[in-house]
Amino acid sequence: MEDNLPAVPGGAQRHSVTLTRPVQTLRVKMVLLGSSGVGKSSLALRFSKNELRSTSPTVGCAYLTSVVHLSDVTLRFEIWDTAGQEKYHSVTPLYYRGAHAALLVYDISKRETFIRAQLWLKELEKQYIPGSTVIWLVGNKCDLDQDRQVSVQDGLGLANERGLFFTETSALSGDQVNELLLAIAHRVYECIGVQQGGLSEWQEMPLVNVHHRHTFNPFASCCKVGP
Amino acid sequence: MERDSHQDGAVQSVDTYDPPSETILPADTLATSLSLLGNHTFPDLLEGNSVAVEKEKSADLHLSDVTPKEQGLNEEISSNQVKKLETAKTENSECQSNESSQPEDRETEDGDMDNDRSDSGEFVVTMLAKAKLEEQGIGVKGRSSPLLEAGTQESPAFMSHRDEDVTADSWRKHRKHVFVLSEAGKPIYSRYGSEEALSSTMGVMMALVSFVQSGDNIIRSVYSEEHTMVFLQKGPLVLVCVSSSRQSEQQLRGELLYVYYQIISMLTQASISRIFEHKKNYDLRRLLAGSEKILDGLLNLVDSDPSFLLAAVHCLPLASSLRDTLSQILQKAITPNLVFSILIAKNQLLTIVQEKTVIEDTRLEPADVHLLLNLIGASSAFQAGEIWTPICLPLFNPDCYFYAYISYLDPPECTVCLLLLSTDKEAFYAVAECKRKIEEAMVAQNSLSLIAKAQSYSVSQVGVSDLRHFMYKPFDVPDNYRQLTQFTSPEMEAPYSSDEEKMRLLDLYRYMHSRIHSTSRPLKLIYHVAERETLLAWVTSKFELYTCFSPLVTKACAITAITKLLRWIKKEEDRLFIRYPPKYSTTPNPSKSSRIFLNPLLTLVGLDRH
Repeated sequence: MEDNLPAVPGGAQRHSVTLTRPVQTLRVKMVLLGSSGVGKSSLALRFSKNELRSTSPTVGCAYLTSVVHLSDVTLRFEIWDTAGQEKYHSVTPLYYRGAHAALLVYDISKRETFIRAQLWLKELEKQYIPGSTVIWLVGNKCDLDQDRQVSVQDGLGLANERGLFFTETSALSGDQVNELLLAIAHRVYECIGVQQGGLSEWQEMPLVNVHHRHTFNPFASCCKVGP
Repeated sequence: MERDSHQDGAVQSVDTYDPPSETILPADTLATSLSLLGNHTFPDLLEGNSVAVEKEKSADLHLSDVTPKEQGLNEEISSNQVKKLETAKTENSECQSNESSQPEDRETEDGDMDNDRSDSGEFVVTMLAKAKLEEQGIGVKGRSSPLLEAGTQESPAFMSHRDEDVTADSWRKHRKHVFVLSEAGKPIYSRYGSEEALSSTMGVMMALVSFVQSGDNIIRSVYSEEHTMVFLQKGPLVLVCVSSSRQSEQQLRGELLYVYYQIISMLTQASISRIFEHKKNYDLRRLLAGSEKILDGLLNLVDSDPSFLLAAVHCLPLASSLRDTLSQILQKAITPNLVFSILIAKNQLLTIVQEKTVIEDTRLEPADVHLLLNLIGASSAFQAGEIWTPICLPLFNPDCYFYAYISYLDPPECTVCLLLLSTDKEAFYAVAECKRKIEEAMVAQNSLSLIAKAQSYSVSQVGVSDLRHFMYKPFDVPDNYRQLTQFTSPEMEAPYSSDEEKMRLLDLYRYMHSRIHSTSRPLKLIYHVAERETLLAWVTSKFELYTCFSPLVTKACAITAITKLLRWIKKEEDRLFIRYPPKYSTTPNPSKSSRIFLNPLLTLVGLDRH
């Protein structure tokens, strides 16, 4: 999918309000996986707009973006927030193929979602080439500590055993959400960004008509503005 | 809501489908009683209606198994027919005295039908139904007040549908229950209450179905004093509606069909059959988890939106120049394998642009559009970002998926929604790019603010004083009859501004519709004096029209009013309807698209025929 968009060097600086610094913007494909109702969409919404909204079950897959500035590079996260419902499982590979980062999300107050996350991990491991994807285990809803069914040790244990990163978050309170995104950004850049052909450069609107550029602000779209 | 004392008057008749006797039923051809109205009083557009019956048929919701015998468009009027019409009228006038103001006049036809159709199994089935249903508390007790329910009780109850106590009286009093179960009797969906709690009830329903089936017959409906119970079997699924809404069996079955189609739109018919072939007692709720809201939303829409009744889409009135501009914007933003571009505002169509080869062979059915609109309306999830999801259009092709790109163009208000359907699952980035182009062009032309000003119209614009409301569905939108069936209707205004009153008017329309489309005795024209209004419904080969007048209108007045109304619609039709839906061509490489298809079946419907 990524191959469809040609990377034009220098294209990023041209008409971007966020990019005042002459830094590269790299595209990062990130996918959120996990059972229905664990809070994937809420996390994605936090990442993208730092908002909280009660959401209804995702239909198919939602696509959001978020921009993270690191010291020497800007990463544009293309977040694929997949539906946890079983009926969409057959199409999920479509969304996680070629992902640079994969978040396996579970709900700390529901044991079965933790087990489900491990199944997702197996599924992912079938597809990915080691070193090409940063996999992060995310225990969400840590505000529900009193109903906790999955201990921090369980999460950490699984992460260590399978070589994953691990964080507990709360999309409700926003606790650890930004930290998580920043940590992912660092990891992805360190692990993949430095590789040859690891991350492709991003350029805004390759097909924008020159004469419309002044009247049309591409950032008017909610989905494209970084935090 | 007074309790009904005739608890034991339960099941009155069981209507089973019996092929031989069905064919005997005379198709009562009651031709347009133009003499009554006076043909000469109608404007030109009514004349020369040689365009045939097929169109009416195709507009009929694809109820293939229950399609009414089409009445011959026989213009000669025998005195007998006029008499019948008048009988209908008096009958209706009588029900003015009826407190409930519910249309009540099944008597004669139903009596006939029962004699014709029920067979020796009736008694057993009746007894079974009576015993079990009473035990389960379904439907046979308690008089519900349909009007009250739909209006006031619905919304607060909405959040807790699943948790409802199914043994409570309030549960029994719901105006319309819908159940979906598998052939193994496993519950799949219930509109109210949890499926688990209803598993024994659904078991009884399945027993009814199987019992009749064992006699090489198909159960179609069960009538009790207060309720109509309608069955629909589709592949491995059984759909059941228990309604006290007084709608006709045919209408209820049409609604069940919508429920079936909505399930298909999420899972496809092929995969449902495959699943059940593989495992008879599969729990389909696993796959429908998270989609209950979509089905709930559909059933609420079916009750409150006449589009479903008319099997036609309602588009937002828009100056034709603006609609053309929007269509051109969509027409320019294309990518290979894009097949439909649809722009929606306030849950109504703005415009729809189709791939050329698609429209040549098939057309987009109103029901498919309804399902798409419901999907968008029922899920707030779309407001978060751009959505990419597989979706099946059951009437287009029930066995394969399209990929839908859905995004709102005006966040955070989220009223204008763009829907792009592609056949290529990998096309997300390409299709998202189309959205950028559309967005950009709409900003350049200031379209969003123009769309924001667009709104439905008031009936006062027609300039007929006694006319309160109408629904007009033309059969031949000019030039290309293969296009989407549409209808137009003004805002419901006072006295139909409360939810209760709206529902009451819709119920009257449903009643008129059921009379017009009655299988046993279809009518062309009904003048119905109801308690608080007078209605006139009229179907010709060119249109179907439902009008509502103030109660004091005279027949002559109504006729003049309709003449005026038809003239007004003719004058305004460029604004009221999508008149010339534009097309584009996006399949430069047909062989490629067929490879990309999830299911090559779609090639059968002509996407790749060049």
